[in-house]
Formats: sequence, structure tokens, C-alpha cells
Amino acid sequence: ASPPAKQPMTLIEKVLAKGANKSFVKPGDNIWVNVDVLMTHDVCGPGTIGVFKREFGSDAKVFDKEKIVIIPDHYIFTADERANRNVDILREFCNEQNIKYFYDIQDRSDFKANPDYKGVCHIALAQEGHTRPGEILFGTDSHTCNAGAFGQFATGIGNTDAGFVMGTGKLLVKVPATMRFKFDGNMPDYMLAKDMILQTIGDIGVAGATYRTMEFAGDVMKQLSMEERMTLCNMAIEAGGKNGVIAADETTFEYLKGKTNRPYEVFHSDSNASFYYDKVYNIEELEPVVAKPHSPDNLDLARNCRDIKTDRVYIGSCTGGKSEDFIAAARILQGQKVSVPTFLVPATQKVYDDVQTIRVNGQTLAEIFKEAGCIDPASPSCAACLGGPKDTFARLNEALTCVSTTNRNFPGRMGSKEGSVFLA
Amino acid sequence: AGSSIPSSVRKVSSSRITLNMCASSETSTSTGLRMEDVCEVGRKRTGNVIEGPVFVVGDNIDTDQIIPAEYLTLVPSVPEEYAKLGTYAMIGLPDKLYKTRYIDPEDTNEKGICRTKYPIIIAGDNFGCGSSREHAPIAIGAAGGKVVIAESYARIFFRNCSATGELYPWETPERLVEKFSTGDLARVDFENECVVNVTTGKEYKLNPIGDVGPVVDAGGIFEFARRSGMIAKK
Repeated sequence: ASPPAKQPMTLIEKVLAKGANKSFVKPGDNIWVNVDVLMTHDVCGPGTIGVFKREFGSDAKVFDKEKIVIIPDHYIFTADERANRNVDILREFCNEQNIKYFYDIQDRSDFKANPDYKGVCHIALAQEGHTRPGEILFGTDSHTCNAGAFGQFATGIGNTDAGFVMGTGKLLVKVPATMRFKFDGNMPDYMLAKDMILQTIGDIGVAGATYRTMEFAGDVMKQLSMEERMTLCNMAIEAGGKNGVIAADETTFEYLKGKTNRPYEVFHSDSNASFYYDKVYNIEELEPVVAKPHSPDNLDLARNCRDIKTDRVYIGSCTGGKSEDFIAAARILQGQKVSVPTFLVPATQKVYDDVQTIRVNGQTLAEIFKEAGCIDPASPSCAACLGGPKDTFARLNEALTCVSTTNRNFPGRMGSKEGSVFLA
Repeated sequence: AGSSIPSSVRKVSSSRITLNMCASSETSTSTGLRMEDVCEVGRKRTGNVIEGPVFVVGDNIDTDQIIPAEYLTLVPSVPEEYAKLGTYAMIGLPDKLYKTRYIDPEDTNEKGICRTKYPIIIAGDNFGCGSSREHAPIAIGAAGGKVVIAESYARIFFRNCSATGELYPWETPERLVEKFSTGDLARVDFENECVVNVTTGKEYKLNPIGDVGPVVDAGGIFEFARRSGMIAKK
């Protein structure tokens, strides 16, 4: 343990201080920070570009063509003309500005025919090495907090703020107080990070962390892979959190090897730092849980929901469509048959490939799912997590009950207002 | 990790049209609609009072209820699409809980655009939770919304209200969702920082709107920054 600091700060306070070129910041301070990465996608990109051109001029250049990452992922495999036009708008802007990182798609009939296309933005950011400890990342999407798993400050902003960042490379932010959630003990094999975050949100409510950082710590963190850590931070927004964060360690460095060349800085909360809230969980006392309709904080034990009739299962999204999520599903489904239509949407091309190649007890995940009677894995994108255009894969177009590995279940989230979504 | 776009992909003739949709928010190429025909940002109030019928909602009204994801293909910087976004404001509210809708399809103005009767929304806790989509405050503003009075807000929604200049996000110390009914006439007083339910005659204190007020007055964060000298004029 490090000696008490003279001016103690939490991990996130240190990241923001560095971003503002200050030696010390405290919660409540309004500071200008330098932005390391700005991410946008097909839904908010065109609007952000509109703000940028309106405010900085139609001939303006972005602040740094290597710090903007543009990832079409939301409404991709659809016949909706406006959705398709929006990807065209991104392409033309990237051409004009010489944007280095644009994960384009043009042949919608076959995602594999698009070598640059990745899929879901938050997972693509991690897999392509854009998430680094100590950095500041903004994205025009609420689940940008996903990247906090890498020990950085990452949060969602609207088009206007993003347009501002596009032109200046800076943003005005208020330093958030940190709420710390420690998970101690040995992780049982029936628990996943999704259970941990649903438990946390259920305990504090959908506004329990509003304006604050959720720092996840404790013995369990080093037992979690990067993908599991992403699941934890991904849903900080569902508790109203400004961002989520987990200190970087060997697991993080190992994950980043070969993905990024940029040097990064690792921060930890000082042992005498002030936390707004400090909670300790013993992971061995927790159980698998779900969030019942229609709120992410409507917590219940999974075993209490045994008798609820479901119409379908959806495994996908930045929250629950990563390779390890599919491995977890395959372990349960191996040798079994599904009783309801089961939709699988790998988050990215890499995840899709993993589903075809990773083996559990001699079978590939794809083989396990096929034998179990699941629907063939779909093209990687956000798909039905947020409903989307009516022809979106797996969209709830009628009053169905769906158990889903996604992140929100407010009325109408996956399509029909009469749908019922259980988050798992 | 990078991507260089091959020249065969560049469709020069169509590219200017699509980018121009974003470059010039002044005129929509197909309809000739200008942003000032459909958008009231910067002109949300003329005096110290905003008066009109209120629309009452409960707690945790999330962004999918405010503007369902299927409408997010509309780009707010294009005047025609901005106006269309407004016609879908609050359409995600469950029909059983909200029999009176925020927008009545019969209420089209002389330009054929559907707008709301209710410039003022009264809400409970955590208004605007969920997504970071700016389309949420924009849809309400495009529909004719000017003021939200809530017990509390979700962070990103609150920030987007002032960044866009679309809505004045007032907070109340007292729960007002039981003190107003949809259709009541209200008067929001910017000078005395209170709201009067004209229909019942009762008055309620509002928390000071602080630095956010002038930003919405100016028409959003960019306009405010220019007027106050924070950034250079266009």
C-alpha cells in the first residue's frame, strides 16, 4: 500500500487532473480537459458533423484526425434509407477530413465483405486499442462508460458537446465525486460480472450514482477478465453514473499488448482519498440476479423468476454480446436444447469469428448453439438492443417477453411498448 | 488499424449532397425550409414569464420514451428532419398510463407540422435517464416545448438541454406531479423563480436555474460562448 498522499485524490480525480494539466482537482471543480479520443457512430455522427460545420465553418478541420474514431454500428443491416444515408454521410466526412480510424461498411448483404467494418462501437474501441489507462475518452453514446474498465475517464455526451470537441479537442467537465464498490472473496463459477452490476444498480437505484463516478475495486477485480470488467463499467450509466472505472493491472497490460503503441499512465486511488460512498460486497454471498420489467433497478433473484413464461432470448450488445458472454452461454447450452427462439448477435467481427473457433469440451461455440437449436448468429451490430428500424434483427414487434443480455428494459426499449424485457 | 478509403469508393456527385445536408443547417435542399422556420432556439422566451398548459409525467422517464430509437435516423441539423423529430416527441410513453398524448396528430400548424399544445412539462425524479442522445431534448423543443420542471434530472439529458438551448431545465424542491394535472395552465416566472398553477391558484418555489439560464437564453453553448467572448465569433 502506498503512503498517504499530501493531497489525496481518487483514481478518476487523478485522470482528470492530468487531462487539465493540473496537479490537483476535487469534486465539484469545473475544468477544461484535453480529449484523447472522441468516438461517434451512425446515429449521432451526422448530427455531430452538422454541429461542427455549423459552428466552425464548412471548411473547418477536426482538431486531430487521429484522435477521432468513427464506428458505424447501430442501424446497419436494415433497408431504412435514412439509416443507410447516415453511414454515407460519415464516409464523406472521413474522406474530406482524412480521418484515420473509420470502420466503414458498404456491402450490407455480407458483413464479411467489409474488411474495415468492426461492429458495436464500445467493443471495437477496446479491441482496436483505442482504450488506454489514464486517458480521457468521450463518445456520443451512453455506454461509452464501458471503457472505464481500462482505468480511464470515459463517458457519453450529446452531439453539441461532441461537435465542440471535434473542433477544439477540449471539453468543460465538472469533477465527479467517487462512489466505491468493493467486491471481495472468491468468485464462484455461477456468478458473472453482469450479476454484480445488476445487484449494484438494484441496490442504489437508477439514479443512485447520478453525477458520480462508480469505482469498482476489491479482490474480485483481479479475478475478472477485461471483458468482464467492461460489463461492469458498461452499465454504470444505468445507475445514473457519470462513468465507471477499474484500476489497470497486469490483466489490462496483457490485453493491450499488440493493440496499441501509445504509452499510457496508470493511476490508483490514494489510500487516504475521500469517497462519497463506500460499499463492500462479499461475492460469495451473492447470487445470479435479473432486472425485471420495466427498469434496470427492478432487481430479483434469478431463481425467483423460474416460472415466468418467456417468448424469446436475446444474447448480444456491448453489454452481453462479447466472446466471453457467448462462452458462458455455450457452457450452459452444451448438450441441451433451447425451448424458445434464441437470438445471437456477436458484438463485433472478432466476436463472430470467436464464436466459430473457440471450443468448449471439443465443440465450437457455433456448433453448440446450432445443436441446441439457436438461430444462426447474426451480423455484428447493436441490432435489437434498442429496437431500431422496424426490420431490425430480433426486434420485439409485438407484446413478447424477452430475457436479454442487454442493458436497458424501460418500456419500448427493444421495440414494442407492450414488450417485457428481463435483463440478465 | 487505420482505413484509407480507395478512390473507387468516392462518389463525388452524391457526396456534396449528403455532406451539404450537414454543412448548411440554413436550408433543406428539398423543401426550402430554413432552421429558423422550425427551430426556436435562442428565442424560447421574450419576457420573464413563460405561460401555457402543462403536461404531467412521472419518475424515470427515459430517453426511449421521449424519442424511441427508431426515429434516431432523423438528423437534427437538417431543418425538415428537425421538424419531423418534433412530431414524435414523447411518443414512447405507454398508452395505458398516458391516455392524453403530448402530441395530438390533429394539431398541425399552417406549415403542416405537428406541434405540442404543452410548452411546459412537469416531471418527477430522474427525468431524461438512459441514453446520451441529444435527440431527446431536441424532439421536445422542436415540438414546441420550452420548459421542464422536474424534481431531478439525469446528467447527460440535463447537459444536453443547455448545450442545445432547447429547454430550460428547472428543478423543484417539492414534488409537483400531484399538484398539477395535464392541461392545467401554468406560469413560470423567471424573475421570482417560481411556478404558478393558474388553474388552482397555487404557487411553488423553483430552485435557481443558475448559469444554465443564460446559456439557454443565448441559444445553446456555442452561441453563449461567442457572446461572452469565450470563443471567437464565427
